[in-house]
Amino acid sequence: MSDYFDFEKPIAEMEKMIEKLKSIAPEKNHFGDEIADLEKKCIAQKKEIYSNLTPWQKVQFARHPKRPVLRDYINLIFTNFIELHGDRCFGDDQGLIGGFATLGKQKVMLIGHNKGKNIDENIIRNFGQSKPEGYRKAMRLMHLAEKYNLPVVCFIDTQGAYPGIDAEERGNAEAIARNLTEMASLTVPIVTIVTGEGGSGGALGIGVGDVILMLEHAIYSVISPEGCASILYRDASFSNKAAEALKITAPSLIELGVADEIVPEPLGGAHRNHEQTAQEIKRVVLAHLAKLTSTSSSRLIKNRFEKYSAMGKFAK
Amino acid sequence: MPWFSKSKSAEAQKKKPAKEDIWVKCESCKAHVFKEDWYNSMSVCPKCGYHGKLTAYERIGQILDVDTFKEMFETITPNDPLAFSYSKGTYKDKIVEARQKTGLNESVVCGTGEIFTIPVSIAVMDFRFFGGSLGSATGEKILLAANYAYDHKIPYIIFSSSGGARMHEGILSLMQMAKTCAGIARLREKKIPYISVLTDPTTGGVSASYAMVGDVNIAEPGALIGFAGRRVIEQTIKQKLPENFQTSEYYQEHGFIDMIVERKLLKEALKNVLSYNNQ
Repeated sequence: MSDYFDFEKPIAEMEKMIEKLKSIAPEKNHFGDEIADLEKKCIAQKKEIYSNLTPWQKVQFARHPKRPVLRDYINLIFTNFIELHGDRCFGDDQGLIGGFATLGKQKVMLIGHNKGKNIDENIIRNFGQSKPEGYRKAMRLMHLAEKYNLPVVCFIDTQGAYPGIDAEERGNAEAIARNLTEMASLTVPIVTIVTGEGGSGGALGIGVGDVILMLEHAIYSVISPEGCASILYRDASFSNKAAEALKITAPSLIELGVADEIVPEPLGGAHRNHEQTAQEIKRVVLAHLAKLTSTSSSRLIKNRFEKYSAMGKFAK
Repeated sequence: MPWFSKSKSAEAQKKKPAKEDIWVKCESCKAHVFKEDWYNSMSVCPKCGYHGKLTAYERIGQILDVDTFKEMFETITPNDPLAFSYSKGTYKDKIVEARQKTGLNESVVCGTGEIFTIPVSIAVMDFRFFGGSLGSATGEKILLAANYAYDHKIPYIIFSSSGGARMHEGILSLMQMAKTCAGIARLREKKIPYISVLTDPTTGGVSASYAMVGDVNIAEPGALIGFAGRRVIEQTIKQKLPENFQTSEYYQEHGFIDMIVERKLLKEALKNVLSYNNQ
């Protein structure tokens, strides 16, 4: 696919023009003023477009094939990653992975959905859609984190839990439910960040954090816009409307009291600059970990209970 | 369609209302059962044994000792946090409709009562209200009933009957899974029993939260239990699904249900389980 979506065309054209001018006059002086002017306009145009993305456009960004995945973040900001394998019951899910890792000077238990970068990787990793053994491995690692007194950092990026016969018969429902229950009373801090798609129960299964962060163009939803459109609108082509109605963007989640902070992405989206995205995540996650690791276990659990008790809006 | 079958079905449709006054049609085997027989058998089909859906108050009547039920949190009701509208109308209007149709304020009825004199906190879902879906107000009530059990050190019982999270409330409905489980998790601190009863249907976000984490999970026979929807799975794997896929029996076979109990024995079974709580 092209590097630009349709709604980015004005930007693509300007960038092309700038490139062209630069190539005609490599010694700069010729079109110096014009180039500077165009670059200024281009940045203004980018700000205009990227700060006004519709929810459906954000869905495209969140699913962008070049968007950084967990492996990128591991390479860019974590050191000394020791992957730990298996749920000790059935197998080792490649769609959801974890292990010891170091972020800056902070040792953590890192857990995350493991989307691939190409079709071959994604076949092995089920496109980051976890089966029960993935959730059970995550829980095993969280309990290990308790034992070693390590904070847990969860990277969420999944369409949802894997919908298959094997996942049903081994109990994806129970595995997710168990994680929600166990995470509520985990004695170490949990920081979660939605980096791409936060797909329903499959995301929440590792998502019960003391802090919930979202990348600027990430989405988090109870159901995919396509799924919602086909059920409520009886037509999947209403996905853009459903994306709007479901309020799935980071600012919406802040407004609804679910997300705590938005981690800014480079202009044009995370896929345009992996390094900068990763560094921003590192900065924000470390800031939260500093606060949380100095909080007592009993206070953490109490705060977490109160945080989730307060979620939801209703009338009395 | 030939003209004669058309007129036939039109005629059948005309007769329907009269028929429904004295008959109940079994959802499973489609047999017409005398209304009186249906209710005498606790809404279990005498022909095929299908355990029909109960209203929350019918269930409470079958489970709790007479006149012991005291309802709590009954004024809590949805308020359309997303201003959600779709092709068939607005969520706001649908809430009004559901309330009028069912006389309920939410998809769950909560309160306290006694089972053979054992005091319990109880939450019973009602499928008629938005398919028993889990909305913000549902989650709040289920949490408050858990908190009541926690504060008063009495067992907590939830009867689930739900299609899952209520998408009209978006992410807030998803968060109710975490919220309700946080309430359940806290019961462990005080060693308070939590029994989950899964009835037809218990799927999606409800199966993936409080319904699956009972100290003891009890299911009614033949209930639909599952996480992902049948159609979604079929589309993903492009295979036919096993015969008894996503039933109580299937989930017991795979290790997730402790016991399958017929409706007429359910109250007794709850008492028996709770009698082992040796605190």
